[in-house]
Amino acid sequence: MYRYDSYDQSIVDARVEEFRDQVQRRLAGQLTEDQFKPLRLMNGLYLQLHAYMLRVAIPYGTLSAKQMRKLGEIARKYDKGYGHFTTRTNLQYNWIKLADAPDILAELATVEMHAIQTSGNCIRNISSDQYAGVAADEVTDPRPWAELLRQWSTFHPEFTYLPRKFKIAVIAAEEDRAAMRLHDIGLKLISRDGQIGAEVYAGGGMGRTPMVAPLINEFVTEDEIVPYLEACLRVYNRYGRRDNKYKARIKILVHELGVEEYKRQVEEEFAHMRTLGLNPPREELARIRPFFANPAYEQGLSEDIDRSDPAFALWVDRQVAAHKQPGYAIVNISLKPRGGIPGDASAEQIELVADLAERYSLDELRVTHAQNLVLPHVKKADLYVIWQKLDEAGLAEANLDLIGDIIACPGLDYCSLANARSIPLAQKLSERFADAGRQKELGELKVKISGCINACGHHHAGHIGVLGVDRKGVENFQLSLGGSGAQDAAVGQITGPGFSEDGVVDAIEKVTDLYLAERQEGERFLDTYRRLGMKPFKEAIYG
Amino acid sequence: MVEFLTFRDGEAAQEPAVTVESFTGQSNSTAVRIEAGEDARELLPYLDRLSLVEVNFPAYGDGRGYSAARILREAGYQGELRAVGDVLVDQLVAMRRCGFDSFRPDKALDDAAVERALNRYADVYQKTVDGRSPVWAKRHPESIYG
Amino acid sequence: MKILTGNDLGTGDVIWWAGDGWSRQVGESVDVGDRGDEMARAEEAALRVVAPYVIDATVTDEGVRPAHIKDRIRALGPTVRPDLTLKPNDADAGNWVI
Repeated sequence: MYRYDSYDQSIVDARVEEFRDQVQRRLAGQLTEDQFKPLRLMNGLYLQLHAYMLRVAIPYGTLSAKQMRKLGEIARKYDKGYGHFTTRTNLQYNWIKLADAPDILAELATVEMHAIQTSGNCIRNISSDQYAGVAADEVTDPRPWAELLRQWSTFHPEFTYLPRKFKIAVIAAEEDRAAMRLHDIGLKLISRDGQIGAEVYAGGGMGRTPMVAPLINEFVTEDEIVPYLEACLRVYNRYGRRDNKYKARIKILVHELGVEEYKRQVEEEFAHMRTLGLNPPREELARIRPFFANPAYEQGLSEDIDRSDPAFALWVDRQVAAHKQPGYAIVNISLKPRGGIPGDASAEQIELVADLAERYSLDELRVTHAQNLVLPHVKKADLYVIWQKLDEAGLAEANLDLIGDIIACPGLDYCSLANARSIPLAQKLSERFADAGRQKELGELKVKISGCINACGHHHAGHIGVLGVDRKGVENFQLSLGGSGAQDAAVGQITGPGFSEDGVVDAIEKVTDLYLAERQEGERFLDTYRRLGMKPFKEAIYG
Repeated sequence: MVEFLTFRDGEAAQEPAVTVESFTGQSNSTAVRIEAGEDARELLPYLDRLSLVEVNFPAYGDGRGYSAARILREAGYQGELRAVGDVLVDQLVAMRRCGFDSFRPDKALDDAAVERALNRYADVYQKTVDGRSPVWAKRHPESIYG
Repeated sequence: MKILTGNDLGTGDVIWWAGDGWSRQVGESVDVGDRGDEMARAEEAALRVVAPYVIDATVTDEGVRPAHIKDRIRALGPTVRPDLTLKPNDADAGNWVI
C-alpha cells in the first residue's frame, strides 16, 4: 500500500482547509449556489434527490483496513449507517449535511484519503485491476504507475477545466478486469525486450455514444508515460468540443478527427513535451514501487481446503480466485445479496470487512468496478473461518460474474440525473434467478443496469444491459445484448422496443432460455450470442 | 477589491490588445488578445515583438486558455501574460502555474480571498512553466531532473 | 396546482413551501400560483433553500401528489429503503411513487 509522505499529506490537508473556507463562504451567503457548485463538485459533493452526496476517492480501488474502518465510522457518524460502492471503485455517502462535509474530509485525511477530483471536468480517480499485484497473468503490478498518475493528475493546472470529465485506467494483465478500453485513456502495461512500457488506448467511453477505445500507441516507455499523457490531454483540452456537453468527451474528438489524425497531433505535441523534462525521474517510480512490493507471505503453507461443508464448497468455487503465491488465495466478497441493493454496504459490514482484511489479508482490500470487494492475500487455511464470518454478516453470496452479480447505478431512488429506478429492477432480477443451481447453469453472465443514458451502470458493456428511460413520465427499460467490458470489449445492441420493469425481467428470462437451448459445449452466453447474432434472441423476446 | 492583479515588476502594459487576426495580418502592435479556441502557436514567430498577450476566458469552465498560456511560456515568451474575462479567485493558482502573471477579471476579487488562495498550497505535483519545484524534485534533489 | 420545492441549504433535506415556511412533508405544500419563481429567488437569497424549483402537482385523496415520479420519490425517500423514507412503517409506501 502506498503511504503518504509529508508532501502528500500537506496537499490533502490544505485541500480540506480550502474546502472548509468555501463551505463557510457558502453558508454565510458570500457564495451563491452558481458560484459554489463548481467548487463543491471539484470535491465530489453533489446535491442529489434527497440530500447532498459525497463521493470519496478510492485510488485504484486499494484500501487498508484502517481506511476501510474509517469509511464505516463516517457512515455511522455522518450518514445513515451505510455507503455505496460505485463502478468507479469509489464510495458514496447519500445523506451528507453541507456543514459536516469539511469535517468528513478532515477525518478522511487522517487515513490518507480524500474526495479530490471525484467530480468535475477534470482527471478523475485512476482505476486499475482489482487483482493487481496478486494475479498470475500480470506483467507487473500496475499500481505504482497508477499512483504516479494520481499525483500527476492531482490539481493539474492545465487540465482542471477540460471539455468534460476524464477517466484513466491502468492495467498490466491479459485479462482486462477494469474495463480499460471503455475509459477516456486506457494504459495496458506490457514488457518489450525486458522493458516496461504501455499500450495506449484513447477515446473509449460509455454515455450516450459508447465507444471502445482504439489503440493509439503500441509502446510508450515507462519513462515517457507522463509527457505522452500530457500530449494526449493537451490536444483534447484545446480541440475537444465545448459547444455540446454530450459531444465533449475525448471519444468524440478521436472519432471526428479520426484515429490517425488524433495520433498525429498527439505525436507532434509529444515531440515538444518530451523536451520539457515533465516526467518524474526514475527514482520517483523506484520510491513508489516498494510500497506495492509483495507483502511478507508465509512459506510452506498447505494448499488444502476442507470442502466438507457443501455451502462453503459452493462459495469457494465461485468466489475464490487463484493467487500467484502458493498457499494463498484471492477472496471476492459479493455485495449482491439476493434481493439486495448492488454495491451497498452497512457500516457494520464495512467494519467487518476491515477486520477481515486486517486479520486475514495482510491489511489490504480492494474494490472492484463490478461493485464488489476483494481480500487479496488470504491463506487457504483461513478460507473457512472467513466464509463463516461473511455468512453471518450476509456477505457470503456465491454469485461472482453470474446473473445475480448485477451492476446497477443508484438510479432514480437516489440520483437527480436518473430517468428510471435501477435498483428495484436489479432486486427483481436477482429474485427471479435466485436459484443457485440455475445461476450456475447459466454460467458467466454479466448484467448491467443504468438508470439513464450517462451509463454509470455500464449497461453498454453488459452481456445483458438494461437502460432505464422516461417514457411520458413512466419508467421504461431498454434491453441490449452482447456488450463486454473485458478484453473482448464490445458495445451491446438494443433488442427493440422497451419494457416495463416486470416486462424486462420476463424478456431476460426468454433470452437466457434461448441461450440454454442453443448453446454449444463450453459457450458462455456472450459466445452464443456472438455466434447466433441478434435475430433469434429478438424473435424469442418479441415473437 | 482587486480589479487588476500583477506579479510583474514595473508598469503593466497599457497598449490595447488587438485580435490575433489583425496582429498576424499586419500591424506593429505589441499587444494581442487570444480568444478561446484560437491557436496560441500562431503567435510563436512574433514573441520577441510582443509585450502583452491577453488570454480571454469567456466562462470560468472553458479551460483552453490554460493550454494557450503554457504553450507561450514553453516557447520562451517573457512578456506580460494576462488572464481576462471570467477569472475567479479559486483559479488563480492554476493560472499562475500555467504562466499567467497578471489578471483583469470581469468581477473584482476580494483581497483577502486572493491572499489565502495564493498561499494555500506549499507544494505541487507537476512541473510546469512557473519555475516551482514539483514534489518529485524535492523528493529526489540528487536526480538530474531535480 | 403549482408547488415550490428545493433542498434545505444546510442539511440537504427535501423541503416544500407550506405557505408560512418550509416543510418536510409534501402534503403541507400550498399552491404558489404564478409567484413560485419570485418566491424561490427570495428564499434562496435568504439562504433557506438551495436549488428551488416549481413543479406541477394535483390534490388527491391521499394529499398533494407531484406530477412527476422524480418528485414523488423526492417526497417519499428512496423506495428501496422504506426504513429511510418518511413512512418507515409502511412497507408498501413505495407504490405511491408509481
